[in-house]
Amino acid sequence: MSGARYSIGIDLGTTHCALSYVDTSASDGEKTTLAVLPIAQLTGPGAIADLDLLPSFLYLPHPDELGSGDLHLPWTGERQFAVGEFARSRGAATPIRLVSSAKSWLCHPGVDRRAAILPSDAPPEVARVSPLESSVRYLTHLREAWDHAHPDAPFHEQDITVTIPASFDPAARELTAEAAQAAGYGRMTLLEEPQAALYSWIQKSGGQWRKQVKVGDIILVVDVGGGTTDLSLIAVVEREGNLELHRVAVGEHILLGGDNMDLALAHVVARKLAAQGTQADAWQLRALTYACRSAKETLLSEPTTDTVPLVVPSRGSKLIGGSIRTELTRAELTQTILDGFFPQVDSAARPVSRTRAGLTQLGLPYAQDAGITRHLAAFLGRQVGALAELEGLRETAADASAQGASFLHPTAVLFNGGVFKSTLLVERIMSTLNGWLAAEGAAPARLLEGADLDLAVARGAAYYGYVRRGQGVRIRGGTARAYYIAIESAMPAVPGLEPPIQALCVAPFGMEEGTEAELPAQEFGLVVGEPVHFRFFGSSVRRQDQVGTLLDFWGPDELQELEEIQATLPASGRTSGEVVPVKLHARVTEAGTLELEAVPRGTDERWKVEFDVRGNANA
Amino acid sequence: MTDSNPSFLGRISLAVSAFFRILGDGEFAAAVLRVRDGGAAAQAQTQAQTQTQAPSQAPKAAPTLKEASPDAALQLLGLLQRDARFIDFVEEDIKRFSDADIGAAARLVHEGCRATLREHFTIRPVRDEAEGSRVTLQEGFDASAIRLTGNVVGRAPFVGSISHRGWRVDDVRLPKLAESHNAKVIAPAEVEL
Repeated sequence: MSGARYSIGIDLGTTHCALSYVDTSASDGEKTTLAVLPIAQLTGPGAIADLDLLPSFLYLPHPDELGSGDLHLPWTGERQFAVGEFARSRGAATPIRLVSSAKSWLCHPGVDRRAAILPSDAPPEVARVSPLESSVRYLTHLREAWDHAHPDAPFHEQDITVTIPASFDPAARELTAEAAQAAGYGRMTLLEEPQAALYSWIQKSGGQWRKQVKVGDIILVVDVGGGTTDLSLIAVVEREGNLELHRVAVGEHILLGGDNMDLALAHVVARKLAAQGTQADAWQLRALTYACRSAKETLLSEPTTDTVPLVVPSRGSKLIGGSIRTELTRAELTQTILDGFFPQVDSAARPVSRTRAGLTQLGLPYAQDAGITRHLAAFLGRQVGALAELEGLRETAADASAQGASFLHPTAVLFNGGVFKSTLLVERIMSTLNGWLAAEGAAPARLLEGADLDLAVARGAAYYGYVRRGQGVRIRGGTARAYYIAIESAMPAVPGLEPPIQALCVAPFGMEEGTEAELPAQEFGLVVGEPVHFRFFGSSVRRQDQVGTLLDFWGPDELQELEEIQATLPASGRTSGEVVPVKLHARVTEAGTLELEAVPRGTDERWKVEFDVRGNANA
Repeated sequence: MTDSNPSFLGRISLAVSAFFRILGDGEFAAAVLRVRDGGAAAQAQTQAQTQTQAPSQAPKAAPTLKEASPDAALQLLGLLQRDARFIDFVEEDIKRFSDADIGAAARLVHEGCRATLREHFTIRPVRDEAEGSRVTLQEGFDASAIRLTGNVVGRAPFVGSISHRGWRVDDVRLPKLAESHNAKVIAPAEVEL
């Protein structure tokens, strides 16, 4: 497919980035040579170290704050900002200059992603950056670190795979691709993170995975990262005598991850301290969050330990006199993490959503219900019919619906993300899920062992680039949503009510990379020279709709409104204000982004329809 | 990275890593010695070829003591202070505090020191046998890696029991420093605005 020597996988995470690569010249079939690049980065002023992870933080220092040369990197002395470990540690004491969670902002429908809005609480004199720009800076740093370490194999000549949450909508995908483009990523493909985790598991097994799964298996991937929770279902089917993997469904976007758990614990401990008369300030709360993280890991990995002492050091040089001492108990952990984030609920449970106060738009739209198991129940319930359309699994699907299954029954589970180093959390999810399965008379799901929880996504992405060349098994599935635009219904409007709308399918479910949807029959009038907006919808369950399908009504769970799309027909060769009939045409690029084009009647012209990422969606 | 003419920064890091490796790795030290004396040795060789009969019995020069570079030591102190509050702990007067108070702070310092050591050094025991087990040391054992104590008489092979397994550093990964970096400031004063 290409002559690049390396297939590079990049995990562009909410809290950490990682880079892994496959040397294709030293790999053959399922025997692959895979490595992780230690990323050169600032770890202190003027100090450079190579670390496996690049923390996804950007620090914008004051001009007087650092000496000259303190921000120099091995490959440049021109940087005015810091990325990585130094940015993270420096920013902890000066949060007004720290950009964090840029990835969550990149998919925040309430803000303009190209506008300089971060850090969101920075004073006016700090030159803010856009969520897009900060992603560009992380990606650029990774490219430069690679080029510095591999001067003989320039980054832009290699095959690059960048991972995104499976739940990213088309606009967020396109923004990620745009960031990669701006960072100098020439040959770039997007890959969903849960798929990357499964690829990594396959790669690590060195061919043994075929013994651990069988035809008819439905693998549930539960990926809890630092900032997001991502769910996917991947079916194992047989085609022409070979095992084939088919991604059948992805979950909603859940902005909830390991960092929220650490913060929740820190607040529990801070409340306990406050009750004892010690008020933790902002600096101490951060230190407490850090201490809680390691205490959490101890309690979750050592079932016999009941309390872990916590020490919050004083800020001054008096360490012993000024430190705050407290402890984290197992009861607190169980209540906060297990019951708060992984409650034992039944399969009919659904996440609670409250109406939000208007002010929450200023921050990130964190998931309103922290119960990951409730989100899981909702996901499996919504996807109960996901197998009906899949060749080779129809019988399984028919059996299940004959027995009155109320949710889709996974047969195996793969975990990803650092929080699952804890066997307690793995057991909690497995026992909850197996409880649901037992209630419907289904066999318990198996745990797929041997995953690399921290670096699986980057590793899997590198392996995917290798698989794309025709080596090894590939996960099929295409787009996990069908897409619709709203058109005004011909029904008579009722005064005072919004006119009823219909949804017209423009891109069906399961479009593979590099494919085009057919042209729909319907035409729209575009006014030359004026932007025209369409309301845009996605559905993760309507697998049967084809291009041109017109929906008159739909359930609240069936269609989700996404950001508006906007088409502008330039005036060249036309009179401004003229109305031109166009058709909307969808295609999925090789990189994995959805593109919509307006095709004027009777011409070969194609005008790109943009996703409106300026944050005026009704979401 | 086979740069035939490394940058100044590169040379600093090379010097630092070489320094620690020379300390920890006898073979490496010998190799460095050979490289250092290589020029002279080559010269001596050509001379020896021209005057084949000349005896090469130069008088043994007095050993030169090498100066330890303070930068790496300062850098390590800085890391221990940053990640383990090491200087704060050692500089504090602990007489007036209870053992419980000191113990709480020691936990923090211990955790930080351990993380720092594990991040920047690969440390493993010199001898893998359990302490207390009997070992035999053959002639030519590395006297810099094994110290004989007690009834040290006779000649190799020596038989004794391990009272301490020893520690050796296999790898040092200290951050590289910018030229302008002032290593003497191991913890900057903090002023909150």
